[in-house]
Amino acid sequence: MRSGPLAYALLAVGILVLASTPLYADNYVVRTAAIVAMYGALATSWNFIGGFTGYPSFSTAAFFGLGCYVGAICQRAGVPMVLAWLIATLMVGAFAALLGAIILRLKGHYFAIGSIAVVEVCRLIVSSWSSLTGGGDGLNLPLLTWGPEQVMRFFLFVMLAILILSLIATALVDRSRLGFGLRCIHQNEDAAAMVGIDTTRYKVAAYTLSAVFCAAAGAAYASWTGYIDPTESFQILMTVKVPVMAMLGGAGTLAGPFLGAAAFVLLEEVFWANFLDWNRAILGVVIVLLVFFLPGGLLSLARKRSAGGPA
Amino acid sequence: MTEPILKLEGVCKNFGGLKALTDVSFALAPGEVVGLIGPNGAGKTTLVNVVTGKLPASTGRILFEGKDVAAQKPHEAARRGLARTFQIVQPFPQMTVIENVTAGALFGGGAASVGDARDMARKSLDFVGLAPLADRPAAQLALAARKRLELAKSLAMQPKVLMLDEVNAGLNSSEIDGALALIRKIAESGVTVLIIEHLMKVVLSLSKRLLVLHHGQMIADGPAKEIVADERVIEAYLGQKYAARLKELHHA
Amino acid sequence: MAIYSQILANGLMLGALYACLAVGFSLVWGVLNVINMLHGSFIILGGYLTWFAWHGWGIHPIVMLPVVGALLFALGFALQKLVINRVVSAPVLTTLTLTFGLDMILYNVMTYWFTATPRRVQLDLGAVSLGPVTLPVDRLVGTALALVLTLALYAVMRGSNIGRAIVAVRMDRSAAELMGIRTERIYAITFGIGALMAGVAGVVFASVFPITTNVTGTYLGKAFVVCVVGGLGSVPGALVGGLVLGLVESLAGHWFGPQQAITAGFVLMLAILLTRPTGLVGVRGYE
Repeated sequence: MRSGPLAYALLAVGILVLASTPLYADNYVVRTAAIVAMYGALATSWNFIGGFTGYPSFSTAAFFGLGCYVGAICQRAGVPMVLAWLIATLMVGAFAALLGAIILRLKGHYFAIGSIAVVEVCRLIVSSWSSLTGGGDGLNLPLLTWGPEQVMRFFLFVMLAILILSLIATALVDRSRLGFGLRCIHQNEDAAAMVGIDTTRYKVAAYTLSAVFCAAAGAAYASWTGYIDPTESFQILMTVKVPVMAMLGGAGTLAGPFLGAAAFVLLEEVFWANFLDWNRAILGVVIVLLVFFLPGGLLSLARKRSAGGPA
Repeated sequence: MTEPILKLEGVCKNFGGLKALTDVSFALAPGEVVGLIGPNGAGKTTLVNVVTGKLPASTGRILFEGKDVAAQKPHEAARRGLARTFQIVQPFPQMTVIENVTAGALFGGGAASVGDARDMARKSLDFVGLAPLADRPAAQLALAARKRLELAKSLAMQPKVLMLDEVNAGLNSSEIDGALALIRKIAESGVTVLIIEHLMKVVLSLSKRLLVLHHGQMIADGPAKEIVADERVIEAYLGQKYAARLKELHHA
Repeated sequence: MAIYSQILANGLMLGALYACLAVGFSLVWGVLNVINMLHGSFIILGGYLTWFAWHGWGIHPIVMLPVVGALLFALGFALQKLVINRVVSAPVLTTLTLTFGLDMILYNVMTYWFTATPRRVQLDLGAVSLGPVTLPVDRLVGTALALVLTLALYAVMRGSNIGRAIVAVRMDRSAAELMGIRTERIYAITFGIGALMAGVAGVVFASVFPITTNVTGTYLGKAFVVCVVGGLGSVPGALVGGLVLGLVESLAGHWFGPQQAITAGFVLMLAILLTRPTGLVGVRGYE
């Protein structure tokens, strides 16, 4: 999966386009750019467990939602905003490490189900623990006192920063012993253990990495919208959408998940704007076509072309 | 006798009510080449799985360099220098040949970095004669080459004890000769080798000492020549009737 | 004690409904190794067809039962034959994503045509009392029907050639192929049966609970829990899983409030996943 210059070029262009939107576009476009950056970070995070390691994880919404809540609760307790995000990241990371040590014993479908159930259990616990979380009524957060445009720009750059951190982490892991070991686990877990890879520790590391950036994005998202509730924070749709984005771009690659997220969010926006009644069905069609005609993701198109034929 | 490098004391393995291994004991001296034979279903692969931590032993002690390692995990066995090959080869199919071997050097062979591991991998590919295929995806190799890849991967782990589980199964006779020459070369480099086979001919050409496993029990342990003449071994292999006829034939 | 008899009765009735709801999902998962994300929408589709037949033409749900079953079987068979079979041996993530995409389409179509308004077939059958326990008759009939349908599937799986072929494919695909079984066709039939069972569960549910597209996810979740708790791919597994879930939800609802009933179900599922991943009556080593 060596990431070639093409991947870096695409990433640089993509990030520059997002970062420059405040210079020439209206607030709606800047907001969309921030959403692209956020989903880019989520998909890039998922890539550690789903792309590198090949474990079909559907825990994204759990980490995102817990990030929302830990961040919100900290901020309501008077913790400064950025520190609250950091606490949320660390706490959810620790939670993922503990949870991973338990559920990563499962494989295949069982792991997939276990990871979805985690989202549901988190949502239900948050909904019923009213004294801490406000239950179904949700929580209000202190709003930033700047003008709407400034707030939008600020959160665009926050989301971009999280995205860039997740990409740097991916590039580092890709070249390291950890990345090599995760790819071995993906291909043959028994053989990986037999060559000396501590598979449990490596999988837990991948699962934890897949959680921290989601938590950071969740905490920032909570501060951005100023209000969170359990249904919004723990969406099953999000937990399935994020792996689809990563696959759309190319799971297991550096640039793929971000590019897939960008393509998906933009398509979604277009469908929402033009086909209000049918946007969900159209996305469904896109997913079905993707599975049949582009199983390696968008990046595989570019790779095929540059390789000049079948590999 | 020198301190054994690997020693099993009363190892048992039960699957529910089924006794796969009963009270198995033996010791390997450093640098020794020993054959482990037994009919199909005797428990040979189970024994390897127990020694390398893939399956936990039900009771008994497994001493590696004097330390009890019965509770180890597979990756710990690999890092200690207890390597094995699989009867059914287990490559990382989408990776190239050299990447497969690099994994062995990096995680089992204690390489300091991915680059160092690659250098070590190149050496073991040269050793087994696979260097020309280094950049092929592992899935594309023919069976004989895949078996060599398995050997190269294990060698890159810098093993002290190497357990070869039916490395010759499915090979034709010229390929077997090549593999035997290679195993001899490995043994000469000082690695302790345990060859698991059910083809007696193969084992006899490599090892002076044989262990015989039958119905999960170690029924013989000694010099190869004596073992092949042992009545119980012949019985285990050929069945009682045939053994009796063979005996009559000798007496006549 | 009276209250517990009532809870027990409610739990068992709910459990039979859950078994019927999940058994098709379990079959598809066990035989095809595909998690069918469409299952919840199939149930709702069956329910809607029943409601519209009742309100539009006055057709009784019991008459709709075979009609819905046949329609859903055809839909499932066609989907598997034309679409899912092409990637049926791909990794989990691929087949799951595909059925999720298909579900988005079906969900959208249903919401567009039927809207998300909750609808229920009101049969007004009254209630009966058995000692301290009061049972609404529609629910009682629904429960009985759910049990009969589930057991009918069991009889088909055990007694018919198709059923035996499905079991053979489930046990060992390549051996089944060697025996001359056309696995692709068996897959299509299995998926058809899965959809059929979802559809008839929908007919039953429409006469007991309000039907709306908003609950497709909830029903899918129940199917997951029942499969994992009971063990996937077998009718007895679905029955045990359904009854256990019904009882647990009923008890948890009484002790901790209705909201916690669902949580209890998921916690039960996670506990079973981690301690006995093959389910309460599942076959060990079959994953």
